[in-house]
Amino acid sequence: MNARAEPQLLGQLSNRHLDALEEEAIFVLREVAAAFERPTLLFSGGKDSLVLLRCAEKAFGAGRIPYPLLMIDTGHNFPEVTQFRDQRARELGAELIVRSVEDSMKRGTVRLAHPGESRNVHQSVTLLEAIEEFRFDALIGGARRDEEKARAKERIFSHRDGFGQWQPKAQRPELWTLFNTRLAPGEHFRVFPISNWTELDVWQYIEREAIELPSIYYAHQRPVVERRGLLVPVTELTPPREGEEVITRTVRFRTVGDITCTCPVESPAANAAQVVLETLSVEVSERGATRMDDKTSEASMEKRKKDGYF
Amino acid sequence: MDALKFITCGSVDDGKSTLIGRLLVDSKAVLADQLAGVQRSGETDLALLTDGLSAEREQGITIDVAWRYFATPARKFIIGDSPGHEQYTRNMVTAASGADAAVVLVDATKLKWQDAGPELLPQTRRHTLLVNLLRVPSIVFAVNKLDAVADPRLAFGHIRAALERFATAAGVAVRATVPIAALKGQNVVEAAPGWCGYEGPSLLQLLEQLDVTAAEAGAAFAFPVQWVEKFSSSSDTSQGRRVFWGRVAAGTVQPGQAVTVLPSGQLATVAQVLDHVRQPRPGVAGHSAGIVLDREVDVSRGDWLLAPGAFEPRRELSATVAWLDEEPLVAGRVYWALHGHRWVKAKVRRIVHRLDVNTLAEAEADQLEPNAIGHVELALQEPVAALPYARSRTLGALVLVDTASHKTSGAVLVR
Repeated sequence: MNARAEPQLLGQLSNRHLDALEEEAIFVLREVAAAFERPTLLFSGGKDSLVLLRCAEKAFGAGRIPYPLLMIDTGHNFPEVTQFRDQRARELGAELIVRSVEDSMKRGTVRLAHPGESRNVHQSVTLLEAIEEFRFDALIGGARRDEEKARAKERIFSHRDGFGQWQPKAQRPELWTLFNTRLAPGEHFRVFPISNWTELDVWQYIEREAIELPSIYYAHQRPVVERRGLLVPVTELTPPREGEEVITRTVRFRTVGDITCTCPVESPAANAAQVVLETLSVEVSERGATRMDDKTSEASMEKRKKDGYF
Repeated sequence: MDALKFITCGSVDDGKSTLIGRLLVDSKAVLADQLAGVQRSGETDLALLTDGLSAEREQGITIDVAWRYFATPARKFIIGDSPGHEQYTRNMVTAASGADAAVVLVDATKLKWQDAGPELLPQTRRHTLLVNLLRVPSIVFAVNKLDAVADPRLAFGHIRAALERFATAAGVAVRATVPIAALKGQNVVEAAPGWCGYEGPSLLQLLEQLDVTAAEAGAAFAFPVQWVEKFSSSSDTSQGRRVFWGRVAAGTVQPGQAVTVLPSGQLATVAQVLDHVRQPRPGVAGHSAGIVLDREVDVSRGDWLLAPGAFEPRRELSATVAWLDEEPLVAGRVYWALHGHRWVKAKVRRIVHRLDVNTLAEAEADQLEPNAIGHVELALQEPVAALPYARSRTLGALVLVDTASHKTSGAVLVR
């Protein structure tokens, strides 16, 4: 990562727009609480869901978030993140529901093509099973439109059919802030309160609000191998390949997800203010720098969303 | 300065996605890997930066709005890249409904620019009428592809005159008409003084100067109740009452103010006003507020708190409707209507006429086809505190929802 930015940039950087973004997110979070019977908030312990949770605390008052948190566990999570997730849920007094891909595999609803396959795409199956089990009618997520081109097309209230599918060619018009939340039985909505935030906004907000994050978001030493321009973390699940040299680098994660498809970036940034500065000067997008699974096809995100992925 | 939300619109292939790509690239909002992703046979295809759906790339058209974000040293921008195809007008209306500004693109190469009065394309007219109807505060014409015509100065002069004539006839106030070449970038970010005989700011410089939509703070107070928060203990608020959360649609609210509740008609006094993060602060139009009343009155989600005497709730609405569904609007049918957070049944009494977007003539009709604009009379099951859309973008707007398919079918602008 290129840290060309001068420290004084931080002083000039206005964060007044964060109030408007926060207000919009809170408006949407309250709309979900009022318009749906069984909503849930997707909570991974990652930075975007922690930002959402902060907005929810403000929307409903501390300790009063009116919906459970839901985590779809691939079984391949960074332990720092899982521990942090459980600790945050406890602190907030929120109900945390965890459903795992492992259980879907035991039921036979998920079959891996080979044992080493990334479980990331299979989360959709487990997610849809959880929706059916709890009859959720709205799932709040921390996705942002700046993450990816298919996401940039999505409504704030995104309708899903009985198979959990997104139909990009037939999205409901979203006029003014008159949200049409009407559903037929079996259908649900995915709701994105921080749609209009960028990666920089998220980090500015984390800095302003002093939101605590899992430690791996900040600089730490980690054994990695270089593979196709990415720094692949060396773990039990992602061992080095034949001929690859394991090196230790000072890295941080820009996104956290499934271990098998999330890569860190080289960075000395040890706190949110330093990450804000770095984000100002990055030359590669968040997903481009960190995701192995998005590189396979231009339309991979769209395809997965059509299959019920978040 | 607040972020400016603007949309690009106009006919297919007028270069909307390319223009946005150009703005993003020239303002360095596109990162290396994203730029690498839009290389086709060694050339950069700027349109591919926003056309993110596979069907869009297959067909080479924009189907739905892509929201993109960029910033210059002067301000932040949110752009809605909206589709040009008539078939996807609903998505263009979606983008326009909340926009502060609209850039209507016109492709110079598609017009008979040698003529003194070249005829405009139907979609140019349609989109201009729609953004004007939706009261997008600033409308800018951008005449594109002037690098590809033999005599750019003559072409720009003739096309500008035709646009101005059309705008005047349609009663559309146009902020500026700007010549550009989105593909090469002329006059998009950097001004090109004298090019095409134009001496004004570049398109981006112009956008940096536009105002964001002013909230209706000076109007009578109106507040749609979004969510009712009940407290079981009395320690949460001074008297243990309920907090009515929502966004102030018009006017301001502070403690001591009298309000009347729609539909019950009960009167109460405001005891406390909280801002969106629960701090005591007067509520102003456009912002979220939490209101505590001085007495127990029946208020639920969907009700309105209003300045007493300032509104005459109506059960009959005369409205302009932009029809967005594939199923036509049919006289006699009942739809759901949403006003604020309030759902009421709405029956289409009569279709007064359909607007011909080319001639602006009013034609007789007994139904409104997809993407048609018409004048309709609606009868509502219960009264609503609606104002003409021309007076209030918040109180004058409703959506119609199909009771069977639940699709958002129509944008309703109260006349």
